[in-house]
Amino acid sequence: MEITRIDLIIDKHEAKASSLVQVLLEIQRENHWLPKEALERVAERLQVPLSRIQHIVTFYKAFSLVPKGRHEIHVCMGTACHVRGAQRILDRVEDITGIKAGETDQDLKFSLETVNCLGCCAMGPVMVVDGAYYGKLAPAKSEEVLKNYE
Amino acid sequence: MPRITSPVELEKVRQEIVASKERNKPCVSICVGAGCLASGANEVMAAFKSEIEKQGLKTEVNTKGTGCPGFCERGPIVVVYPEEICYLQVKAEDVPEIVSQTLKGKKVVERLVYVDPATGEKATKESDIPFYKNQIRSIIGENIKIDPKNIEDYLAVGGYSALAKALSGMTPEQVVEEVKTSKIRGRGGAGFPTGMKWEFARKAPGDTKYVVVNADEGDPGAFMDRAVLEGNPHSVLEGLTIGAYAIGAHEGYIYVRQEYPLAIENVTLAIKQSEEYGFLGKNILGSGFDFTVKVARGAGAFVCGEETSLLASLEGRAGEPKARPPFPATKGLWGKPTNINNVETWANVPLIISKGAAAFSAVGTEGSKGTKIFSLVGKVKNTGLVEVPMGITLRDIVFKVGGGIPGEKKFKAVQTGGPSGGCIPEEHMDMKVDFDELPRAGAIMGSGGMIVMDEDTCMVDVARYFVDFLSDESCGKCVPCREGIRQMNKILSDITKGKGKEGDIEILEELSEATTNASLCALGKTAANPVLSTIRYFRDEYEAHIKGKKCPAYSCKELVAYYIDPKKCQACMTCAKQCPADAIVGGKNQIHVIDQAKCTKCGTCFEVCPTKFRAVTKISGEPVPAPIPEEARTIVRERKQK
Repeated sequence: MEITRIDLIIDKHEAKASSLVQVLLEIQRENHWLPKEALERVAERLQVPLSRIQHIVTFYKAFSLVPKGRHEIHVCMGTACHVRGAQRILDRVEDITGIKAGETDQDLKFSLETVNCLGCCAMGPVMVVDGAYYGKLAPAKSEEVLKNYE
Repeated sequence: MPRITSPVELEKVRQEIVASKERNKPCVSICVGAGCLASGANEVMAAFKSEIEKQGLKTEVNTKGTGCPGFCERGPIVVVYPEEICYLQVKAEDVPEIVSQTLKGKKVVERLVYVDPATGEKATKESDIPFYKNQIRSIIGENIKIDPKNIEDYLAVGGYSALAKALSGMTPEQVVEEVKTSKIRGRGGAGFPTGMKWEFARKAPGDTKYVVVNADEGDPGAFMDRAVLEGNPHSVLEGLTIGAYAIGAHEGYIYVRQEYPLAIENVTLAIKQSEEYGFLGKNILGSGFDFTVKVARGAGAFVCGEETSLLASLEGRAGEPKARPPFPATKGLWGKPTNINNVETWANVPLIISKGAAAFSAVGTEGSKGTKIFSLVGKVKNTGLVEVPMGITLRDIVFKVGGGIPGEKKFKAVQTGGPSGGCIPEEHMDMKVDFDELPRAGAIMGSGGMIVMDEDTCMVDVARYFVDFLSDESCGKCVPCREGIRQMNKILSDITKGKGKEGDIEILEELSEATTNASLCALGKTAANPVLSTIRYFRDEYEAHIKGKKCPAYSCKELVAYYIDPKKCQACMTCAKQCPADAIVGGKNQIHVIDQAKCTKCGTCFEVCPTKFRAVTKISGEPVPAPIPEEARTIVRERKQK
């Protein structure tokens, strides 16, 4: 991510230390992860120690310190999905992709995350791949879905 | 649009808007809330736009994307006005028929209306559907009428008249008094009287004060606040502005979790429109009162729903809670008096001011007034958002509104209050739902998550699920919460894996007590509720897991084996073909057998075995029968008589 782009985000928030979480969120959203250079720039411009930034980016779940895969899979583990068998969906997806929740594979094809609730409980169990929703899943169906992603 | 500078002018603008909306002009409302979007509402919307143009109705019919009316189970939902015909589960390919039949021909497309599964009766209008009939929808009822991206829609249904009333005819103290008299209690979970909270903040010394909307709705399986913020953001802004006036705050924040992008988009746009129209900014409606609002996004930490953590997060720090007192009402955001309320609480404020405290408190029970929105999910026929009067029984919510349990399964329990709540079994289903009754059964009202469970749900696993969630979400600042929950999680996880020991239940109870008493914030203080309530009502399930190594619900993977009944198997190959582990041995006319060593217990065979055979069964707590010898596996079929 280019420094000028990071600076633009920081400027939008007037380089205030109180905007730290919001600034990091915007960088995360644009770049999908937080490279070290970005964090150093934020520390310098917002006058916040890097240790505090490290505290924040490891505390909140929205941040990633490693690059993400081409396709982001989110398996909903909300209560409604859980009682409808979300764990079995996750087991199968982990099996197919060869990665655990929170990981990215070495080819940077898939990143797998679990989410606590997507709020479309009527469709549970639900999986989202790159923003497309797949509902009323069974383990076999989740395999079919993932076959379509290269 | 020039800013509206007085209540009189507001009424004039409202009249103009209402007049410009030709009353009988047909309008197609399509729910574009997150639930319906996930089931394809955007495609339906696009199809309506192109089809209406194609059939030459562009100038005669309006289309509108609206917020969530609640019946997510049957989404995408389309309502055609002025007839109010409600179509359910509409797909893009249904659209040409709706346009030609209903919009042009004024006829109902019968196959898309609600059919009562019990009586077979059709319900054409939204208000005739039993799911809606048993609700009182004073907050979410407006959603389907409003395009959340258009402030004029909100004004057309009387929006911002409560703000005008408060600013022009009431002193801040009178507003506080009115809210106190209404006896509304906070909808976020704890149920603290809102008016009292406001009074503390009002009386707290200091010139700078803040008001905050808590929209960090983190309970899994709950999405009431999202629906309100997405579907009717102006109602929250109006409530917030009234609250700011009452308390004496000039700055407000809306703290929304970043997992709700549509809510963030809609509320940000609503703030912009409000500023243009003069409902926010300087000298609001000519009253001399100034108020601005900013949106802040949560970064994915459940604990930030706790008010002191939320404030820490707003200040740009890690969301760790602080000991109270001092309460935010005296020392909150940047050390200034701050009043935090939940989305639904704020959305109730305009109602209280415009209709009066007496009208508001006419609904509900002695200690809990008004309506409450619940997200009714899990093993229930009508998944969705329901708004019901306080004091309704759980049975009415689950069976009358929710339509009961799907698939002829037996009801087991309903879980209320999310990870801080508890499970309520059949015997307490006639209990009244309010802030004071639910705790007597070991649950809490919470923010409104209501998860229905049937006989296939393992209650030990449910406790483990919530404790696992909390163990992940505990911020780690205080030891009783961090370590207590972790140990409970370990024990529960062992029990569900068949590694439970005698005495585990007692240790769980001990840990529960310590975590409840010694934790710093509500996350830890209530973490034991899911454990204690399941032990209280389903101790037999715990004991079956520990002593019999059996999961009575056949749900815990490690305690369940799959077995094909050789008497029932018709060697159809369905399961063998779909088994992802190649664990099923068998061929044509060969009774199938599961290789238990290879089986990953994914359950696929159980699901795909044709219902006319039902040969695959689950076994728990007893040994799997030995596979039948190979020579006995051939099925000799009788030839069909010609």
